[in-house]
Amino acid sequence: MSGILNSSIGRKFAMALSALFLMIFLLQHFAINLMSVFSADTFNEVSHFMGTNWLIQFVMQPILMFGVLFHFIMGFVLEIRNRKARHISYAKNNGAANSTWMSRNMIYSGLFILIFLIIHFLDFWFPEINTKYIIGDMSGMHDGEFRYFHELQEKFVPIWRVALYCIGFVFLALHLLHGFNSAFQSVGANNKYTKGLKGFGKAYAILIPLGFIVIALFHHFNH
Amino acid sequence: MNLTLKIWRQKNAKDKGGLVDYKVNDVSPDMSFLEMLDVLNEDLINKDEEPVAFDHDCREGICGMCSLYINGEAHGPDRGVTTCQLHMRMFKDGDTIYIEPFRAAAFPVIKDLIVDRTSFDRIQHAGGFISVNTSGNTIDANAIPINKHDADTAFDAATCIGCGACVASCKNSSAMLFVSAKVSQFALLPQGKIEATDRVLNMVKQMDDEGFGNCTNTGACEVECPKGISLENIARMNREYLKASLKG
Ligand code: HEM
Repeated sequence: MSGILNSSIGRKFAMALSALFLMIFLLQHFAINLMSVFSADTFNEVSHFMGTNWLIQFVMQPILMFGVLFHFIMGFVLEIRNRKARHISYAKNNGAANSTWMSRNMIYSGLFILIFLIIHFLDFWFPEINTKYIIGDMSGMHDGEFRYFHELQEKFVPIWRVALYCIGFVFLALHLLHGFNSAFQSVGANNKYTKGLKGFGKAYAILIPLGFIVIALFHHFNH
Repeated sequence: MNLTLKIWRQKNAKDKGGLVDYKVNDVSPDMSFLEMLDVLNEDLINKDEEPVAFDHDCREGICGMCSLYINGEAHGPDRGVTTCQLHMRMFKDGDTIYIEPFRAAAFPVIKDLIVDRTSFDRIQHAGGFISVNTSGNTIDANAIPINKHDADTAFDAATCIGCGACVASCKNSSAMLFVSAKVSQFALLPQGKIEATDRVLNMVKQMDDEGFGNCTNTGACEVECPKGISLENIARMNREYLKASLKG
């Protein structure tokens, strides 16, 4: 098992595992965001739980951090190695004849997701860490009530941020339109059972990012 | 048909090389692509010019020598064919056709359109075989019952002719379709199971050492493969590799 990351297949396997993990995380994140549409109270309570539960904060959160870092760093590593495998490019190459745009441009959709993530962290994660662990206020309260829902609403007031958010998720959809099924292929699952996953993967790749977009627009217009 | 060809010319491995324009006239739509190049070369020889060097052998679609990247696709726009089976009726009168060698760091150009694919041979040497005692008491392969599905799948994998179209078409110059076909054709059969662990580890190591890229699952290789080798083989190789790595 040692040195599996030194082989092409090992690297791709690890890449797919991190991606599968991120796709499960995305579902959980979506479920919580969705609550903000139906009930501010539920959203507040769940946010407070997620933000203060030690298992989430000190076990799951570091795993997530590692997963995200590993995924995009490995993404760059693979891209650089793959580019080195061809010194002279074709004068004429008809990529569209045999593959999808999404599959050929994972690094670019990934880069846009990375830009989005940086903004997302500046908007939500850093202030949260600052309030909780630097200022030391674990109460989750502001002016006598839970602050989470309010903070969320505030963020979606400026149209530029909503627009950026939407663009970020369009790129995530493009990334997942190829990535979802690609991850299964990478871990060696391509058989009669995974054929049915193709449609599910497309649905996931479109509906989940679309859901995030709809939620952002909802808060923008319902403020 | 009258055509304009943009052909990669390169004197030798060290030369920088570049595209050169040629005109070929009176091409019959029934000619194969290689016959069209024969016409061009005859014309060049008559004019005392150096003919275009390109690889070919059987001209019946099974040798896999004709390593041409035509108008941006390995073996040109037709499906399930090598270049000798590509016919000029796939093109139109007046077309401009780009003809380049298969490109990959692991397939260096020898001259013009001829590339060195011995990296594939070295991958085969690393494990693409079974060891059989031939001292006289060899068991007849047909005496071992094999499930029909496995036999068919192994046979499909074994139809790979090692032409390198998968590598040429892959944006990463990955050789995984080739290597996975060679791994699969043995992994599915009882004779191949004995050396399965070493085979996959050694072949993948050689593939990596040769400088081929990694698979991004774009599926371009499967589409361009003249023998229709399936991506399922790559998934099987990934499984075989992971199993083998766990065993050590
Ligand atoms: C943070 C920025 C990101 C970057 C730079 C990035 C980059 C990449 C790259 C380059 C690949 C292709 C690797 C290859 O096959 O050669 C890839 C695959 C993938 N990514 Fe991302 N990605 C990012 C974020 C995400 C996120 C947030 C998700 C999911 C929620 C995700 C899901 C996937 C999936 C499912 C695959 C397919 C894995 C496979 O083919 O085995 N990525 N990513």
